[in-house]
Amino acid sequence: MSARDRILNKLKAAPRQDKAVPDVAAWYATHRTPEDNAGKVQRFRQCIELAHAEVHAVTPADWLSTLREVLRSKGLDKILVSEETTHGCALLDEFPRQGVDCQVYDMAIEAWKTEMFNATPASLTAARAAIAETGTLILWPDAAEPRLMSLVPPVHIVLLDANRIYNTFYEAMHSEGWKDGLPTNALLVSGPSKTADIQQTLAYGAHGPKELVVLLLTEDAQ
Amino acid sequence: MSQHTLHFKPAEGFRARSKAVVDNPFLRQSFRGAMDFLMSKRAAQFPDAGELASLRTLGESIRQYNLAKLPTLLEQLEANLTRNGIQVHWAETPEEANAIILGICQRIGAELMVKGKSMVSEEIELNHAAEAAGVAALESDMGEYIVQLADEKPSHIIMPAIHKTKEEIARLFADKVEGVDYTDNVDALIQIGRNVLRQKFLEADIGLSGVNFAVAETGTLCLVENEGNGRMCTTAPPVHIAITGIEKIVEKLEHVPPLLSLLTRSATGQNISTYFNMISSPRKPGEKDGPAEVHLVLLDNGRSQAYADEQLRKTLQCIRCGACMNHCPVYTRIGGHAYGTTYPGPIGKIISPHMLGLEATSSMATASSLCGACGEVCPVKIPIPELLMRLREEAFTAPHANPSMLGQGAGYSWLMTSVWKGWATVYRSPSLYAVATWLGSRLAWLMPAKQGAWTTVRVPLKPAPKRLRDMLRDRG
Repeated sequence: MSARDRILNKLKAAPRQDKAVPDVAAWYATHRTPEDNAGKVQRFRQCIELAHAEVHAVTPADWLSTLREVLRSKGLDKILVSEETTHGCALLDEFPRQGVDCQVYDMAIEAWKTEMFNATPASLTAARAAIAETGTLILWPDAAEPRLMSLVPPVHIVLLDANRIYNTFYEAMHSEGWKDGLPTNALLVSGPSKTADIQQTLAYGAHGPKELVVLLLTEDAQ
Repeated sequence: MSQHTLHFKPAEGFRARSKAVVDNPFLRQSFRGAMDFLMSKRAAQFPDAGELASLRTLGESIRQYNLAKLPTLLEQLEANLTRNGIQVHWAETPEEANAIILGICQRIGAELMVKGKSMVSEEIELNHAAEAAGVAALESDMGEYIVQLADEKPSHIIMPAIHKTKEEIARLFADKVEGVDYTDNVDALIQIGRNVLRQKFLEADIGLSGVNFAVAETGTLCLVENEGNGRMCTTAPPVHIAITGIEKIVEKLEHVPPLLSLLTRSATGQNISTYFNMISSPRKPGEKDGPAEVHLVLLDNGRSQAYADEQLRKTLQCIRCGACMNHCPVYTRIGGHAYGTTYPGPIGKIISPHMLGLEATSSMATASSLCGACGEVCPVKIPIPELLMRLREEAFTAPHANPSMLGQGAGYSWLMTSVWKGWATVYRSPSLYAVATWLGSRLAWLMPAKQGAWTTVRVPLKPAPKRLRDMLRDRG
């Protein structure tokens, strides 16, 4: 008999218990009044800034110039982008002319892993959505914007549509029907990488990005 | 190879290890400070007592509902993970789990494994097994990296190096990390760790991680972390192996948000961790990164024994937040290493007997004041004091046929049982009690001046020359 069968047999031989189905929806319906869009934007911003992220309100007209300014302020002249996204293409059109080296993720990681780890100072990806209650970005890496883009570069810049902010994690997964189709790796990101493992002293930049920059895209800058 | 014992015998030397910490004012101060810090951080996360109460009730009901369906959910999880391309393995014992993991290492010729934080991998002593098989297993969580460098075990399930000061870590890095000078600047120390480990993430053949929640309906492995090393281990190397106890399953994705909220707020007082990682498959065609192979090892190691008993099953509700340790007056005074088990503190006392048997752990259940703090703070309402009482009964009553626990009766002593029986008889009978106290008050002079451990720090016990009832009678 295999270990699998032995384990399952032991569990199946145990006394059966009838337990009520937990009503998660009811709990979330009562625990906090949903906020309007402005309230969600404010709460999201407050929470993620508390977690040490840098947030810039931008509009479709000025987000590129704001991003350019962010890079300049950090002394960066190289950024990893996707050539398969609209925002990535916008950078590829503009930034090289302004002296910023736009690197693209156009081949499997095995072909350039060392370069990714050692010579990729920043990246730009989009967030699928966000969560106001905890100041959390929802990332949905795919073939266009692979997983390591949001992890390896020391500065990670995220473009977030301010209309895509949910009140809670539960609301996000429920509204978007995640149970019917999750990607290879879905992620919640709530600030730059950090640790308090040395004498409970908080330090940023443990293994992932040292800095997280959010470009919060609205029709009008707030 | 590390000098640590491979097979835990926590009862051996428990008192000596505890005394060593109690006698060390620096360690006591360190634990006291750390626990005070964690307790206040948690309290700040739950300002609304009503919300906390209802969320704990929800958390408890989610865990109990899912445990009630455990065998079905394990089969559903296996089917959905397999459909997603994740390979599922089952292990009854630590040895089987190590053989599975090292078998994968050998098949791909792996030389370096980077590990995210996984208490189950500590439970199976994977690092030792890997070392013996010629595979370097490197811890990448900063706290775990520090304790591995120091050739120690974690002393806390959430903050493994909580017993170390920054000066000790600074000396450790200067001694053990090539090219590093002494610095006790925490940011600089973290950067040293980051630089060493980044190179290892780049080179590693295998990444190993734990699992916080495995979602049956979607076939998804969820990981909670702050540092990004968990993401590195599960994304950068060509093969990812996850390992988990069989109890960490939830049926539905919607069960995750309340448990995640309870976990991060109870553990470190964060409203959410920096990263919450949901992995549902290996790299798909067209994707440019992520491991080509993902494996999950499901470990029993005594959990099915706890499951077989309706009361002990509640042990498996645990979501490994560590709040019970942070609030435990015993843990705060003796620290995690004194227990000699993978899981220290109150949760360790109730889960370790299932993993190691009561022969090795019978003294654990008695090392509690039963103050109830652990049960009060448990985010999923595990009745830890009640389970400790049950374990005391299992450990110290006479061995009987068909015991529900391995090592039942291991702490049984005919003499101790007789003394307690005699005590109960006297205290149940008013006349016997009167005789006993009369004799006691007259024979007080016979009490020895040295009464074992009691008199090492206290004055000798001696019955009063006059009983209370005599004094009351004298007063009329």
